[in-house]
Amino acid sequence: MTLAMGALGHPFFQHALLAGTAIAAAAGLTGYFLVLRAQVFVGDALSHVAFTGALAALAVGVDLRIGLFVTAVAVALLLGSLGRRGRADDVAIGSVFSWILGLGVFFLTLYTTSRSAGNGGAGVSVLFGSVFGLSSAQALTAALVGAGICAVLVAVARPLLFASLDETVAAARGVPVRLLGFVFLALVGACAAEATQAVGSLLILGLLAAPAGAAHRMTDRPLRGLALSGALAVGEMWAGLVLSYAVPRMPPSFSILAAATAVYAGTYRAAVWRGVTRPSRWVRRGRGPAVAG
Amino acid sequence: MRDAAVRVGGRTLWSDVRLDVGAGEFVAVLGPNGVGKSTLIKVLLGVLPAAAGEVRVLGAAPGRAGDRVGYLPQRRSFDASLRMRGLDVVRLGWDGDRWGVPLPWSSGRRAAAQRIADVVELVGASGYAHRPIGMLSGGEQQRLLIAQALVRRPRLLLLDEPLDSLDLPNQAAVAALIGRICREEGVTVMMVAHDVNPILSRLDRVVYLAEGGAVSGTPAEVITSETLTRLYRTPVEVLRTSDGRLVVVGQPEAPAHHTDRHTPPVPLVVEGEAESAGIPRGASGGERA
Repeated sequence: MTLAMGALGHPFFQHALLAGTAIAAAAGLTGYFLVLRAQVFVGDALSHVAFTGALAALAVGVDLRIGLFVTAVAVALLLGSLGRRGRADDVAIGSVFSWILGLGVFFLTLYTTSRSAGNGGAGVSVLFGSVFGLSSAQALTAALVGAGICAVLVAVARPLLFASLDETVAAARGVPVRLLGFVFLALVGACAAEATQAVGSLLILGLLAAPAGAAHRMTDRPLRGLALSGALAVGEMWAGLVLSYAVPRMPPSFSILAAATAVYAGTYRAAVWRGVTRPSRWVRRGRGPAVAG
Repeated sequence: MRDAAVRVGGRTLWSDVRLDVGAGEFVAVLGPNGVGKSTLIKVLLGVLPAAAGEVRVLGAAPGRAGDRVGYLPQRRSFDASLRMRGLDVVRLGWDGDRWGVPLPWSSGRRAAAQRIADVVELVGASGYAHRPIGMLSGGEQQRLLIAQALVRRPRLLLLDEPLDSLDLPNQAAVAALIGRICREEGVTVMMVAHDVNPILSRLDRVVYLAEGGAVSGTPAEVITSETLTRLYRTPVEVLRTSDGRLVVVGQPEAPAHHTDRHTPPVPLVVEGEAESAGIPRGASGGERA
């Protein structure tokens, strides 16, 4: 407790807490739908895209965040238009994202060779995050963007749930299934771009998938699961931040994801113990819950 | 919904189809695979536009009747690992198309819960509706999906092969359920069927779609040697058994131009008398050998 109080006295920790909370909530809510729609791979792809976008922005000398958001959202929409009904399929994602990742390597080379006098650690901070290095303006932007993503997701939660589970019936009832698919992908893009600042583009997937996967295990009620996913992500973010503050050798990205993985593993054990999930089946499926056919 | 007049005029799959369905009728849409039975449903839903002609559903253009039309698409099953209660799937039919999330203190909450409990009770799914839907059997899932289609009290229920891939006892039970909903709730039911056996005794009308067009009428009018022979363009014989039932016998060898070889020869048992549900296929299957 005194540790947390002490941490709150430092501006860098306040900024990290503000930005981290908003980012985690957004990632938790987005992740719930990613898992439900079996689109976790999209989150993974977009995080790599975010990496490329950030490095492209650095290479041409504009604000890193512009590169992050523009590329991630644009590629999210591109993936949606390649897939059927605003749902990106795995082949489309795989093709686009390996190409984009290659592009990222290109920009990294361009940046390090042409601007080597500048910020040499930028590549590393994009990949692994720098949540303790945020300025107050950056933290405020992150909080606003995170809150915006959460607000839109809550507003479309029910129709998106309907469209994710039961596309045909939802479409027949007048739910704009295709438009919702695009809106959702754009939100995932924004979320990936935003989360890059906190945990880095390589580790976003953990923040998107682990709390959501745990929430899917813990409740079979959709709206409760959505709220739980967001709450778990926020709790794991806090735990990770405090842990990294207490043990400075632990980078925050590591401790946040360690907390997320620990919770996920815990729900997995609990589910096996209750007999809800048989491990063999889960391992075989690998893609998470989805509607077949 | 006093005089639901439905006129469908399409060009590609079928054309000049004239069809009027009255309130509270139980209508089966029959025909070989690929003839456009599901397309007919989609036109009625307003998902696909009619290429020509005029279509009216419940006195409005297709797709405008909103929640007065319930829809059950062709067989879909939920992944076994999907952890979502049957009740929540039914609930999507109630308010899944609304924006935002329900507030815990909102007044509609109790009404929603009551209506969902009622409709789950109506389809006889109270015993398992609280379990994750992925863990339920095909017949149980189908009942819950029917509940989902019914929860907003539609006047017209469009069902696309609801009995497909269910075993015989479940076919009979779900058919009985649909018939009961039609009679007791006064819901007009339009049902695409591959096999007419389980629903025959409950039907008011049959619509037969085939390449040559469509024929509609009572089962006794439509299921005759002349009509079916003309529709399928292959000799089809309808026999009357000693106890008044009708047996439809297709040719064992379907002609080569038939894309779907197994549809015409499926023996249909039409009963003049009341009891008919769940006749084992073997009872009339001898003709196929």
